[in-house]
Amino acid sequence: MTSLPATTNKKLGLVIDLDICVGCHACATSCKEWNTGGYSAPLSDHDPYGGDPSGAWLNRVHAFEVGEGANAKTVHFPRSCLHCETPDCVTVCPTGASYKREEDGIVLVNPDTCIGCKLCSWACPYGAREYDYDDGVMKKCTLCVDRIYNESIPEVDRIPACVRACPTGARGFGDLGDPDSDVSKNVAARGGYNLLDEFGYKPVNKYLPPRAPVSVAGTKSDRPAEQVPKPDGSAVERLFAWADQALSR
Amino acid sequence: MHPAYSVIVFTTASGAGYGLLFWLSLAQVFGLMPVDRWLSFTQIVVALGLITAGLISSTLHLGHSERAIGAFSQWRTSWLSREGVAAVATYVPSGLMAFIWLLGVETSWVIPLALLSAAGAVVTVYCTGMIYASLRTIRQWYLGLVPANYLVLAAVTGALLFALTTAIFEQVPAWVSVACLIGLATAAALKSWYWQTIDADPGKYTAEMATGLGHIGKVRPLDPPHTRPNFVMREMGYAVARKHAEKLRRFVLLGLFAVPAFMVLIALLLGIGAPVFYLIATCVAAVGIIVERWLFFAEAEHVSMLFYGHERA
Amino acid sequence: MLTVPMKKGAPVSGEPVIDLSVPVGDKVEKTTCYMCACRCGINVHLRDGKVRYIEGNRDHPVNKGVLCGKGSAGIMQHYSPARLRAPMKRVGPRGSGQFEEISWDEALGLATDWLSDVRKKDPKQLAFFTGRDQSQSLTGLWAMQFGTPNFAAHGGFCSVNMAAGGLYTFGGAFWEFGDPDWELTKYFMLFGVAEDHASNPIKMGIGLLKERGAKIVSVNPVRTGYNAVADEWVGIRPGTDGLFVGALIHELFRNQTVDLDYLVRYTNAPWLVIEDPGAKDHGLFARGEDGDPLVYDKASGGFASAMRVDTTPALTGVRTLEDGRKARPVFELMAERYLGDEYSPAAVASQIGVAAEDIRRIAKELANVAFEQEIVLDQPWTDWAGRRHEKMIGRPVSMHAMRGISAHSNGFHTCRLIHILQILLGSIDCPGGFRYKPPYPKQAPPWLLPHGALQDIRPEEPLGGPHLGFPLGPQHLLIDDDKPARIDKGFSWDAPMSAHGLMHMVINNAAKQDPYKIDVLFMYMANMAWNSSMNVPGTIENLTAKDDNGDYVIPKIIYSDAYYSEMVPYADLILPDTTYLERWDCISLLDRPISTAEMAADSIRHPVVKPDRDVRGFQEVLIDLAARLGFPAFTNEDGSAKFPGGYPDYMVNHERKPGVGPLAGWRGKDGSRVGRGDPNPDQLQRYLENGAFFAHELTPEQAYFKHANKAYLEWAVDVGFRTVAKPTIFQLYCEPLQAFRLAAEGHGERQPPESHRERIRTYFDPLPFWYQPFEEAMVADGDYPLHAITQRPMHMYHSWGSQNAWLRQITAANRLYIHHDLGKSVGVKDDDWVWLASHQGRVKCQVRLMDGCNRDTVWTWNAIGKRRGAWGLDDDSPEANQGFLLNHLISELLPEGGGGYRYSNSDPITGQAAWFDLRVSIKRADGDGETEPRFEPTARGGLPPSPDKLAYGEEFKKADR
Ligand SMILES: Nc1nc2c(c(=O)[nH]1)N[C@H]1C(S)=C(S)[C@@H](COP(=O)(O)OP(=O)(O)OC[C@H]3O[C@@H](n4cnc5c(=O)[nH]c(N)nc54)[C@H](O)[C@@H]3O)O[C@H]1N2
Ligand SMILES: Nc1nc2c(c(=O)[nH]1)N[C@H]1C(S)=C(S)[C@@H](COP(=O)(O)OP(=O)(O)OC[C@H]3O[C@@H](n4cnc5c(=O)[nH]c(N)nc54)[C@H](O)[C@@H]3O)O[C@H]1N2
Ligand code: SF4
Ligand code: SF4
Ligand code: SF4
Ligand code: SF4
Ligand code: SF4
Ligand SMILES: [Mo]
Repeated sequence: MTSLPATTNKKLGLVIDLDICVGCHACATSCKEWNTGGYSAPLSDHDPYGGDPSGAWLNRVHAFEVGEGANAKTVHFPRSCLHCETPDCVTVCPTGASYKREEDGIVLVNPDTCIGCKLCSWACPYGAREYDYDDGVMKKCTLCVDRIYNESIPEVDRIPACVRACPTGARGFGDLGDPDSDVSKNVAARGGYNLLDEFGYKPVNKYLPPRAPVSVAGTKSDRPAEQVPKPDGSAVERLFAWADQALSR
Repeated sequence: MHPAYSVIVFTTASGAGYGLLFWLSLAQVFGLMPVDRWLSFTQIVVALGLITAGLISSTLHLGHSERAIGAFSQWRTSWLSREGVAAVATYVPSGLMAFIWLLGVETSWVIPLALLSAAGAVVTVYCTGMIYASLRTIRQWYLGLVPANYLVLAAVTGALLFALTTAIFEQVPAWVSVACLIGLATAAALKSWYWQTIDADPGKYTAEMATGLGHIGKVRPLDPPHTRPNFVMREMGYAVARKHAEKLRRFVLLGLFAVPAFMVLIALLLGIGAPVFYLIATCVAAVGIIVERWLFFAEAEHVSMLFYGHERA
Repeated sequence: MLTVPMKKGAPVSGEPVIDLSVPVGDKVEKTTCYMCACRCGINVHLRDGKVRYIEGNRDHPVNKGVLCGKGSAGIMQHYSPARLRAPMKRVGPRGSGQFEEISWDEALGLATDWLSDVRKKDPKQLAFFTGRDQSQSLTGLWAMQFGTPNFAAHGGFCSVNMAAGGLYTFGGAFWEFGDPDWELTKYFMLFGVAEDHASNPIKMGIGLLKERGAKIVSVNPVRTGYNAVADEWVGIRPGTDGLFVGALIHELFRNQTVDLDYLVRYTNAPWLVIEDPGAKDHGLFARGEDGDPLVYDKASGGFASAMRVDTTPALTGVRTLEDGRKARPVFELMAERYLGDEYSPAAVASQIGVAAEDIRRIAKELANVAFEQEIVLDQPWTDWAGRRHEKMIGRPVSMHAMRGISAHSNGFHTCRLIHILQILLGSIDCPGGFRYKPPYPKQAPPWLLPHGALQDIRPEEPLGGPHLGFPLGPQHLLIDDDKPARIDKGFSWDAPMSAHGLMHMVINNAAKQDPYKIDVLFMYMANMAWNSSMNVPGTIENLTAKDDNGDYVIPKIIYSDAYYSEMVPYADLILPDTTYLERWDCISLLDRPISTAEMAADSIRHPVVKPDRDVRGFQEVLIDLAARLGFPAFTNEDGSAKFPGGYPDYMVNHERKPGVGPLAGWRGKDGSRVGRGDPNPDQLQRYLENGAFFAHELTPEQAYFKHANKAYLEWAVDVGFRTVAKPTIFQLYCEPLQAFRLAAEGHGERQPPESHRERIRTYFDPLPFWYQPFEEAMVADGDYPLHAITQRPMHMYHSWGSQNAWLRQITAANRLYIHHDLGKSVGVKDDDWVWLASHQGRVKCQVRLMDGCNRDTVWTWNAIGKRRGAWGLDDDSPEANQGFLLNHLISELLPEGGGGYRYSNSDPITGQAAWFDLRVSIKRADGDGETEPRFEPTARGGLPPSPDKLAYGEEFKKADR
């Protein structure tokens, strides 16, 4: 089981638009909320009302500052499992609890066979696996496998909880193995990239970089020549001369 | 990386146990030992005891040790699984050997069993080393030196135990002391090489690569996702201060190598009081190896920390 | 969007078989979120009576399916261990947190005794103030019926500058009364917003703009959140936006890039202003016999009513009125002011921290987009005067502003300046511009006067009208001689146009018995002992102040909260509210609407889970009390309760005016009427069937130019939003301000006392201008060289969020963010501790360095710091030990001015609390670890200990096995 499938029929994944993400954490909390009662139930929290609150989250939002001085840019950066194509997090697992689905490429943990050895989390360069200290098993983004195929919910809602919630629309979901899918086209158009590509796990999830700032094209500062009053007089006089047109209510 | 005590105990105890098993098996194969079956029996019981204690300790850090049986299934890809399989497999010849000695049966089967035990010990320790050495996420571990270190340290700690247990029963043969000395020297050299290697490598991954934002500029964290450390930060973010690590490294060189070597040398040269000197050597080395193993984890840096403020990994 | 077809048949060999179609829950209830004031629609999935999952309602006008970080954590809010459990009576001293649980009978009996006593004696001795109230039409009515003048909600310390600045200018406001045209705008300027009430709509809007490649310009000292994704960041120095916008207007005038047609058609730019210095009507509009303002008609060469449409009004020229005096059009006065050197980019650049060439460029960009990229919709419409227009012309520049503008003592004028900038570009309620949300626009200035003058207050009699309104001059102030009628001194010379009251002054004034003593302080959902007060230590002192007899100066405090907040320990009687999933609620068009620009909408909440505690919805309690106290509007002739069915009964059957009630949808016996119609017994059922909201979509013809659109105006009259179908004319020149100024100059019957004259004369300028914020002007520059401001975290709602097990993990302690350069000069690096000091006090806090921050500004997240003992949190919580409030440093009073009088730290016109005027100094702190000041922990109010582990959802999993 820990052998990776040679190929997967689909490469389902997320596309995260760093140009739009405002860092609101909606994806993180909606993920927590869906999954704590779903496939990965529960996502436990420790010391929830005390001095050292922490818990299992499958999606976390960082804020970075990039560049320096006046050019510094704040970038909000959600991070969850990238459902890599060739990740060691699957192959290191001694029990086979960690596996990559042949059908759609989703990387999952079987909560019934995981022994909680944490080795898979050591093998993930993205810090995307979260051990549930209480439940004793490894948790991770399931790509909401219990939503996207769920026949008991309306078809429009068969998307991950985080994508459904994201208020800005910074998160896309689809088949990144299909070049004609909306997400693939968006990735192509926007120069979507892999995190830590050099590492070689071939993430499926893609990130869209912040765009170059929009500039207002061709700002012709001035009005058509016939409307420009004579250049003499003070600014006030010139304005009054110009405003002295016949204007009807 | 967070140094989990169960894992430190596991790798050091079972490492010493396999080392002891290795030496006592070799001694059998080459007929280098006086034929006192109670000595051999004692030694194999100590070896298997340490191995078993180590393995039990290793299950302590599991979330579900009751499911541990599943861990033998993935030997095709997982070094952890392979290690489990090798460990269990090694029990068969070594257990039989122990049984033979317990019963006091004279049989030539001991030789193949000893050969298998020695091989099993090597393979198991190699697998342990490879659990770490196969992780690309940790540059301090992703090195051929790591299994080599595990092997040599298992051999050295095993050799000290072998010498100690022998000394209690009778005169320690000179080859044992020599093996100890050579082993200690090699281990010290390897460990120093290891430290030089990891110190020389600043890490090839950067926060800019991790976030893909390097084209804009230098990346530094503004707000972490959560105020208090999460699992990843607790597990992968453990760090030991450079100064502290250096002190501990010196301690390892002293405790794990210099002091035991000195003791072995005295025992060898004096010819009397060997049990005491070997006892001191073994005890000091035991502390040394625990510190060595602790450092092995504490000095290891995980790539995922690039998202949490590390500049390189 | 992609949906994956269900895979049939066996899974791939070796892979575990998983059930991919586990039903989410056994029931879905649609209701309205309350994790903040945005009021999104939610689907609450329930399983075995517990909340399984909350998602956005796709059909809802506000959020269209999305849900924010707070909304998605609603489960943990609902199951918070800090929920109050039963009514309580204080047994220890105030602040100790020692309570005894009592029955509702006893609680209501006690409240009735206290209140009826006051009502019989002197109704003004009740101060009833509500915080982030979403039922203001009920609470306001209740206070009116009681007969006290002392009512307001939190608007006075929140955003009244925004509301008043807009309403006096163009009958709408940014705030919750309007939105940018997200679909069409091409250039969006965002001033001083981190989150705002329209949490989800702004986020959705920004997403839309990004998709379309529209330009976003953020004007904000800090670059995070929305401001982080803006195309251009203007890192302005706090309190100087008025200069920035003034300079943009300067440039528009200088380049002659203003929409003259629009000005003539929709604004008072051509109206003539009397120029007769010293006269009692100097600076007022020249008016005809019918009272209409006059313009000079170039076509006829004479004066004409400004309301006539057949004229060619002049924008320039000094005219001589029939009485021989001079008058000039508003346009001229404006042009002269803003073309003045003091508003030139070069003059303002160094003050605001923005380069002059950037200001000039932005002005050009605005003009370019407005005039050269105009939008033309093929949509005929008819204006108020009956003239048909074939097309709708749009100037696709839009703006939005909030507390970064509002929470300064120059906020009212700055806000007006921004509106004037929009108006000069012709971008109010046009395609691509700013759009009103019905029931806005109202008349400008609004036709609603404040009530509660001392002579109108009579025992056991209701007040003559609503408390809050919009004075047009001194005649409408609520004063008796100079003595304020209201405990907060609203509508007095201290803050004449304080349209939302001054909640931040209530406790201070009550403790000083200035202007008079009160007997009962009754508050609802306002954490006044903590994050909603300026000067927290002083407020706590005021709440516990005793007189010479050892009695509390504020004798009785009744408080309704749902949770064990910092305020609870200071009350004598606690009326515990339910959570938002347990009660009926009414989000009414009579209050702050949830409408969008395309539709008028309102909504309800209804109980989707049963309370497991002895708590009651506050509105139920109010209605019960109203009946017990015998308020006319809540009792029948025979004295019996008029709404025995409680709040739902009231929501359906109460009528404000004939046919107009709390809910606008499905009115009339058969439910066919919108806005106005008889009560419909099935109304709530219809709401529930529709997903707990009602929305009436405007026709495309009504969608724009609502201020002058006949189809819209007539409809608005029909549904009761407006009284007449007359246009709203934008008040560039705000005459009521001049009325106050004339009084200060010695005219009229009501004049400010000597001490206030100069202030009124200076700040009541009918044309907006910039002045230095008060605190900055009053403390020495060298002592407190830095600005200190707060921002709302998107995932936290003020103080409520910290009891939420999920949200508090995200932010359990706040840092002080400072610029790297400042860090260097103070000698601190990340995580170091510093002392931050103001003229009021000092706090110790931990820094984090950044570059995306104005160099003269330090900031932190709002309301993260907590008091030990509150919110069900352990005493070692980071919120209480590392988290801090800037509120400890913010004074509710300004430093003593010339005359020894300490004005409230507020805008001089509206009384808006000037939170962001704070000036501080910073220095390294030795040692580490803990914030200061820290207050004594309070007892936990008898709450059971909070769990030290949570595994929410485990039960669902077990059930599935
Ligand atoms: N430094 C600084 N201070 C500020 C601001 C700032 O920007 N900077 N902003 C100011 C502004 S604009 C505002 S509006 C205030 C907000 O400040 P507050 O009005 O104090 O706001 P909250 O903390 O949201 O909530 C008040 C109380 O409502 C209670 N509550 C929550 N839900 C319910 C419910 O269902 N029923 C009842 N009865 N009670 C409930 C909470 O427990 C809490 O005690 O803060 C002000 N304070
Ligand atoms: N998540 C969440 N949403 C909320 C609330 C909440 O607590 N949490 N509270 C609600 C309430 S009660 C309110 S009033 C609204 C307020 O919503 P916002 O208006 O967004 O209020 P703040 O977060 O105080 O943001 C003020 C912004 O103004 C900036 N600023 C400060 N001074 C200046 C200045 O002089 N000039 C300019 N240009 N910018 C300045 C600050 O950096 C900050 O970004 O949010 C509402 N929505
Ligand atoms: S919900 Fe969307 S905007 Fe918010 S943090 Fe997540 S990705 Fe960013
Ligand atoms: S992101 Fe980590 S956990 Fe997910 S597939 Fe890749 S390596 Fe595995
Ligand atoms: S923690 Fe679980 S999933 Fe991860 S490697 Fe161990 S057994 Fe496999
Ligand atoms: S896909 Fe589902 S599990 Fe993964 S981050 Fe999004 S909500 Fe969480
Ligand atoms: S913005 Fe968020 S918290 Fe506020 S009402 Fe909407 S979903 Fe609820
Ligand atoms: Mo507010």
